[in-house]
Amino acid sequence: MLRRLARCIREYKWPTFLSPICMIGEVAMEVLIPLVMADLYDYGIVEQNMTVVVRQSILLVILALCSLCFGVASAFFASKASTGFAKNLRHDMFHRVQNFSFSNIDRLSASSIVTRLTSDVANLQMSFQMMIRMAIRSPMMLILALISALRIDVTLSLVFCAALPVLILALSTLGPIVFKIFDRVFRTYDKLNNTVQENIRGIRVVKSFVREKKEIEKFTDVSGSVYKDFCKAERILALNSPIMQFCVYGCMLAISWFGARMVVASGNNPELGLTTGQLSSMFTYVTQILSSLMMLSMVFVMLTMSRSPLKRCYELLMEEPDLVSPTENAVAEVPDGSIDFDNVSFRYSAKAKHRALKEIDLHIPSGATVGILGVTGAGKTTLVQLIPRLYDVSEGCVKVGGIDVRNYDLQILRDQVAMVLQKNELFSGTIKENLRWGNPDATDEELEHACRLACAHDFIVSFPDGYDTYIEQGGKNVSGGQKQRLCIARALLKKPKILILDDSTSAVDTRTDALIRQAFREEIPGTTKLIIAQRIASVQDADMIVLMENGMILDAGSHGELMARSDVYREIYESQKKGGDE
Amino acid sequence: MPPVRMRGDGRKAKNPGKTLLRLLGYMRKYIPNLLIVLVCIVVTAVAQTRGSENLGTLVDDYILPMVASGSTDFGPLFRYLVGIALLFGAGMLSAFLHQFLMVTVGQGTQKTIRDEMFTKMQRLPLRYFDSNTAGNLMSRYTSDIDTLRQMISQSIPSCISSFVTLTVVFIAMLRASWILTIVILFTVSAILLVTVKIVSKSSKYFIGQQRSLGALNGFVEEMVSGQKVVKVFNHEDANKEAFDKLNEELCSNAYTAGKLTNMMGPVNNNLGYIQYAILAIVGGIIVVASGGELLTLGNLMTFMLLSRTFNQPIAQISNQINAIVMALAGAERIFELMDQEPEVDDGYVTLVNAKIDEKGNIEECAQRTGRWAWKHPHQADGTVTYTELRGDIVMDMVDFAYVPEKQVLYDVTLYAHPGQKIAFVGATGAGKTTITNLINRFYDIADGKIRYDGININKIKKADLRRSLGIVLQETNLFTGTVMDNIRYGKLDATDEECIQAAKLANAHDFIVRLPDGYDTLLTNNGASLSQGQRQLIAIARAAVADPPVMILDEATSSIDTRTEKLVQDGMDKLMQGRTVFVIAHRLSTIMNSDCIMVLDHGRIIERGTHEDLIAEKGTYYQLYTGVFELE
Repeated sequence: MLRRLARCIREYKWPTFLSPICMIGEVAMEVLIPLVMADLYDYGIVEQNMTVVVRQSILLVILALCSLCFGVASAFFASKASTGFAKNLRHDMFHRVQNFSFSNIDRLSASSIVTRLTSDVANLQMSFQMMIRMAIRSPMMLILALISALRIDVTLSLVFCAALPVLILALSTLGPIVFKIFDRVFRTYDKLNNTVQENIRGIRVVKSFVREKKEIEKFTDVSGSVYKDFCKAERILALNSPIMQFCVYGCMLAISWFGARMVVASGNNPELGLTTGQLSSMFTYVTQILSSLMMLSMVFVMLTMSRSPLKRCYELLMEEPDLVSPTENAVAEVPDGSIDFDNVSFRYSAKAKHRALKEIDLHIPSGATVGILGVTGAGKTTLVQLIPRLYDVSEGCVKVGGIDVRNYDLQILRDQVAMVLQKNELFSGTIKENLRWGNPDATDEELEHACRLACAHDFIVSFPDGYDTYIEQGGKNVSGGQKQRLCIARALLKKPKILILDDSTSAVDTRTDALIRQAFREEIPGTTKLIIAQRIASVQDADMIVLMENGMILDAGSHGELMARSDVYREIYESQKKGGDE
Repeated sequence: MPPVRMRGDGRKAKNPGKTLLRLLGYMRKYIPNLLIVLVCIVVTAVAQTRGSENLGTLVDDYILPMVASGSTDFGPLFRYLVGIALLFGAGMLSAFLHQFLMVTVGQGTQKTIRDEMFTKMQRLPLRYFDSNTAGNLMSRYTSDIDTLRQMISQSIPSCISSFVTLTVVFIAMLRASWILTIVILFTVSAILLVTVKIVSKSSKYFIGQQRSLGALNGFVEEMVSGQKVVKVFNHEDANKEAFDKLNEELCSNAYTAGKLTNMMGPVNNNLGYIQYAILAIVGGIIVVASGGELLTLGNLMTFMLLSRTFNQPIAQISNQINAIVMALAGAERIFELMDQEPEVDDGYVTLVNAKIDEKGNIEECAQRTGRWAWKHPHQADGTVTYTELRGDIVMDMVDFAYVPEKQVLYDVTLYAHPGQKIAFVGATGAGKTTITNLINRFYDIADGKIRYDGININKIKKADLRRSLGIVLQETNLFTGTVMDNIRYGKLDATDEECIQAAKLANAHDFIVRLPDGYDTLLTNNGASLSQGQRQLIAIARAAVADPPVMILDEATSSIDTRTEKLVQDGMDKLMQGRTVFVIAHRLSTIMNSDCIMVLDHGRIIERGTHEDLIAEKGTYYQLYTGVFELE
């Protein structure tokens, strides 16, 4: 798992490598500096030796400058490496997502993909930087300081050995407990946010049912338990610093006591044993060793916490796109717009028992207009999604232009099969930009022509900015009917051989609906048109109407034929007629 | 450690002083805690300072004299160390106590503010929700409060303790040598200058980073949620390209910001070392040159030791200042919400349970009778009159505008007698929903009058007014909880039996019992597991259980299949029986049997009458009916 993510380092190998190196340099300087300072103090200031003072001071400045250079360089490389890593990771993930098929997206869910690409990556970026900085710094500091301490005096260094188990024990028992509580806290926290979100969204419901009090009670309840859990976790966490201090102070006192005895025993003679200068260095190493241990435990906690984002990102990177273009001999041209379903069955996932489509046999000649009717869940959308190979069939085969869709180059196939999805999406940008999704090279005339066909031109020019009107995210600033017509125009711009409208005129009034259909008939007679609709009126004049139920074709034929032989069809027709909607 | 979140929008607080004071007001009830914490901070600081002086004392007062005298009596040293140990113990204890107590202060203040903010939010008029996006409001509950808590429980205490340490050390330094104090003030200000420069530069890039992060995340959200459209249009490559551009931009901003942040530590540390060297040289020269006159050796030694503890708190403070400024900006946003004018409610007419005797006299009573009356106290003579709740609504020459410069309704006049069905039709933005928003006083009218059972609705207490009105909104909002909970939302003391009855009335019962856990099925995320139509059925049941005399039904625009639509329609029809009903129609089929249909256009009623009248008129309604115009 780590290996795959490490691949995202790529061109940032050098910074990734240099950052720890510089960090080691900085740490080395930091370990050396106390020695120089001790000498400066002991031999310079105490002995009032100006030459030593100047010499040691210059040495100190040089070392400090070196350390500064290392530090800045390490900061530079670490930032370069971590932001670069995040960039590449995001890049890999986003590009992966672009290759996902519909079923990949269904499986991972859009919102989860968004989380992975945003907060999870941000988390990993932090952990990555932590790894090349702190995770290097702390052990290095620990080792160097320990070596220096051992060099000064082995016996005295044994003091650390007494402190270490205490610290490790404390941190390792506290860690998991706090971790568990925090885990629970965050879940309660989500609940809190969920309550707020529901209330903001449903404020009209709350107000119209006069439920403000109830909601406030509910909220106070949840916020109370967040308070309780957080307090508990943080109180346990508050034990951290006294434990740390206990170790530091304990070591200091022990070193003071034993060190003093040793210095006195040696008569402060370097030949015989410990000196005061060395004793003072010992103090510095105590702090360095213990603080690096503390840091290490923090790194450890951070890295543990990034385990789940790591897993989620990896999962996304490893998700194999279900549908890929054939690697060799891909058919590069769609001969015509005929469609054949040969004994097609389909289930949304291999494990699903339920078949969304059952043994469908349907043959549509090029240029025909086909209406598809049926209740929600009858399989209408599923059926048409197989044509541009948004999903692969489970059994049987779907042919376009007489060739199995699985043999086409995906891009070529989808360029020739335009589909207006049930869940239309416009993207933030001008109308023109949105339309050009259909054909990036379309001229203004072509845009206008497509919009006229989709009956969108008139309302577009009625906007003050016309075709340059800015569409907000999700197309919030146009009405449902307008949005649908823009989506149709966008699809028309592809000049496809097959055009599929999945309930795409539900918000368009009947007259405009009829006009669009008329335009289709007159302007693009060669294009095969599949229209999924709720209203019979929308498909009444089609060459063929397919009536679906439970993933099967109940009946297919012209309006006249179905009226004559299908009870179900007649029933729908009557109920809609009676509604007077027409 | 909380997961990474977006921090505010990088705005600075407009009035940090006032905001801080107000914030401190919330901490008033923790004054005892805070006082103890303050003492703890001082003790900790003293213990720490003593800790760093320990070595000097140890060497000068004990070891060297012992070495010099050759004495082996460790008694005094032991006593000294015991004293230090006690001090350390006190330091440890107070460090723990400090953190322990601050948990309550930080979390407690956070909870108070959070609760207060939510309570306030519930009382805000809808206008406020119109002008603020949900994300904007949400961020106050998440990132703003979070930075605030960090500031209270970490930044401020750390600033105070740094300040205390700084003072203690500074006084000690002054006592040791005023000359060197001047020197160190110079070097420290030089270091500060560098630090401040880095901080201000990094905060500029930090804002840039937040901005590009926002742009990138927005792009990802939009494209991933529209991924299926992307696929259908072969737009993957264009997407990748656009994404890479944003990604590159974010990377370069994040790199600079991160570099500067990472640099802070080494810069501070090493400049501190250089300062130490400068002090040594300058101090040494002064000692030698003045022959101990201006500065004694002992004082220099003490000073050198002290100087090493001087820089740390300064760096600490300069680090925290940034966090505090950001937190104050967040606090300001929170207070902005809290300072909003709440929905005013000066109504005094209330809704009470009532008994009506044979002569038609209305009498108030405590228990539920199924009959209701408006209790109308008259201030002039102190009498109280009762009017039976019937559901008679009159609008008289009503004008309205959401924003002053754009009037939405003009001279709207209408009568709805008890049991009548009034329908509104018209294009998007004609003002249909607005009219219903005025009846339940989501918004207050600019001019004209609305009367409910003959009483001006401005006189009626809002809660009672709304209780007498049932609403099924166009967009269905369900809450996290079971199906039963959601239905009971309409009447909190409804029995299960009543809820099921309401569900049956709304045609929702059949599908509910087929759910995995029936009425106990848990709904989350606005009932995402249900279909649009099913959610509407639950919303209808919810309104039905409340059983109000007046209903407002805003039909959903989204397309649902014909069978479910028929169920919804039937449900609505049953709900309408015996009530005054306002229907906002998106499908004409549902309103043909209305007592009166109002055709709205640009805020005016342009046609009114029954279906037959309007068809005969051959006006706008006729055109709508024959499909010439689009409804929504």
